[in-house]
Amino acid sequence: MFQDTKETLPEDTEADTVPCMAHAQLSHHAVSGDSSFRDLYVKAYRVMLLARVLDDKFASLYRMGKIHGGVFLGRGQEALSVAAGLALRKGDIFAPLIRDGAGRLAFGEPILDAVRTYLGSPLGPMRARDGNVHRGRPREGVFAMISHLGSMISMVNGALLAHRFKGISDTVGVASVGDGATSTGSFHEGVNQAAVEKLPLVLIIANNQYAYSTPTERQFACASLLDKAAGYGIQGEAVEGTDLSACLRVIGGAVNRARAGNGPQMVVAQLLRLCGHGEHDDAGYIDPNLKQSPVGRDCLKVAESFLVEEGWVDTPTLAAWRNEAVQETEASVAQVQREAGPDPYKEDWSALASKHLSEGYDQSCPP
Amino acid sequence: MSLTYLDAIREAQARALADDPRVFIYGQDIGTFGGAFKATKNLAQRFPGRVIDSPISEDAMLGLAVGAAIQGMRPIIEMQFADFSTLGFNQIVNQAATLYWRTRVPCPITVRLPCGGTSGSGPFHSQSMEAVYAHYPGLIVMTPATVEDAYSMLLEAIALDDPVIFCEHKYLYYHLKAAQLPVEAMPTGKARIARAGRDMTLVAYSAMVHEALAVADELASEGAEIEVVDLRSVKPLDTDTVMASVARTGRLLCVGEAWPWGGVTAEVIARVTSEGFGLLDAPPQRLNAKETPVPYHPSLWAAHRPTAHSIAAAARRLLRL
Repeated sequence: MFQDTKETLPEDTEADTVPCMAHAQLSHHAVSGDSSFRDLYVKAYRVMLLARVLDDKFASLYRMGKIHGGVFLGRGQEALSVAAGLALRKGDIFAPLIRDGAGRLAFGEPILDAVRTYLGSPLGPMRARDGNVHRGRPREGVFAMISHLGSMISMVNGALLAHRFKGISDTVGVASVGDGATSTGSFHEGVNQAAVEKLPLVLIIANNQYAYSTPTERQFACASLLDKAAGYGIQGEAVEGTDLSACLRVIGGAVNRARAGNGPQMVVAQLLRLCGHGEHDDAGYIDPNLKQSPVGRDCLKVAESFLVEEGWVDTPTLAAWRNEAVQETEASVAQVQREAGPDPYKEDWSALASKHLSEGYDQSCPP
Repeated sequence: MSLTYLDAIREAQARALADDPRVFIYGQDIGTFGGAFKATKNLAQRFPGRVIDSPISEDAMLGLAVGAAIQGMRPIIEMQFADFSTLGFNQIVNQAATLYWRTRVPCPITVRLPCGGTSGSGPFHSQSMEAVYAHYPGLIVMTPATVEDAYSMLLEAIALDDPVIFCEHKYLYYHLKAAQLPVEAMPTGKARIARAGRDMTLVAYSAMVHEALAVADELASEGAEIEVVDLRSVKPLDTDTVMASVARTGRLLCVGEAWPWGGVTAEVIARVTSEGFGLLDAPPQRLNAKETPVPYHPSLWAAHRPTAHSIAAAARRLLRL
């Protein structure tokens, strides 16, 4: 099923190269007996599984010293993330959070983009100029994040406004943020701007209880982040972020409402980050009681149990799927590890697209 | 017919809107109201839906511009005052300026900054931000000093595939007039010899070009011929034209309305000194605003920034060295 994410993209390939795997046309009453829901659920689970296996591989490469810079995992947030990726379709905009590996794969980001960016391959979309989660293909709808929280929201607004100018009316944009980003000025300006312009923005807030080490009680004082939706005059809905069924239903519904012209939608998910902020962080600050609470469940295991309980999949099939994900991950990593690193002598040391305006004046140190 | 610097900016935007469906303008009070300085007067009526009032959200205004540019638009963002661009600084220097380098997707946005001091405006409506933005790779910083450049450089800014910080001087808005809009234009990246001379090179940009020209007039009556170089854009900085002028005159005075530390005048002098030390007959000099916030009271304000009077004094000193 990951055939379409396996493609090796040549460097300069424009547009239409990233296929979208699926989109959710969910009924609000989707139940386990519904075969289209079952197909979607299975598809979502397999993307989550690949994202988890890939994350585990990155963690392992990090510990081996094979990755320069940070490693940021989506462990525990895959259900929410995959639901966003699957609800989007070609032409939509996705500004992922650092923990959206699953959503990226679901939206169609090739696995090689992730591996090449983490391993610093010049064949990746960022050409070793930026690393880890700071990757994207903006022209194909996946924005490459900067590190400043909340600042991608208004960018998604801009893309959606451009669609409006072009007369494209059936696209949406997902901006994905965490609980920490909700405290920034950028967040406030971006959400308010989307509301004023009535843009089809779907704002997904993954409340994973900690922004790096800071718990939510030091981040905000409202009872629920969902309270903010009313302040902006937009619709909002809460979701249990550990429950794949709920995520597919709620995110799918929000995306459908935005697509239908009902303006910005906010979704606030409760979950727990099942790892450190980055792999350098042992997350010793996480309250053990939270880990034992429903919010601390592993969404992948919850989904696995559901698949088995419903009789949709048997245990050997689950093992075979995991094996496939491992094979795909290992093959991608092996391929990228054979790729040469960037050559500073061949690098184009100009930041301008207008080459004629690049100053020849250079008193920097030679490479 | 006579056109002001402000008229030129309005007409350039009107022409861009008329010629290119990808262009739109986004800013505070720019719609029906026509902008705080009337730089978009009547444009909302002439181009319905394309001159859009924004909330007071500088960060989101600039973020929106970047997102729209990715999708093929050519946004013009009007900052009400250059000083307020600090609130959108992150989106300019981290989002817009890095986008092409990171992703190879160009970021053709134009950020109009009404800059520079006018009497009575005080610390937060008077700043000159060019050096701050010029510091960042990935940005082009234009500082037009004439009605003709205000028009042609703004059109070029909109057409360029990079983010352009367009520093339009508020003092020049109403004080500077021309008979007509230019038919031909010098390209960005080329400085202009605003007045030829052989005794000293006086480098200036934006409103200071006019102070420099007044000084050249004044000193001509004392027998000194001063060459005035108008940088036009501070990034790219036309080092060649400056160097060629210094080769002719042997003396360099560089004037800027902004603060001195790490600024445009420092950059010009660093380049001339390191590449053309042997051309200099005297130590290169510079004149900038005083190292305090911009004061409100007219007599303090006039003493804070370089004027024809203080530039003339600096020029006389340099000529004697």
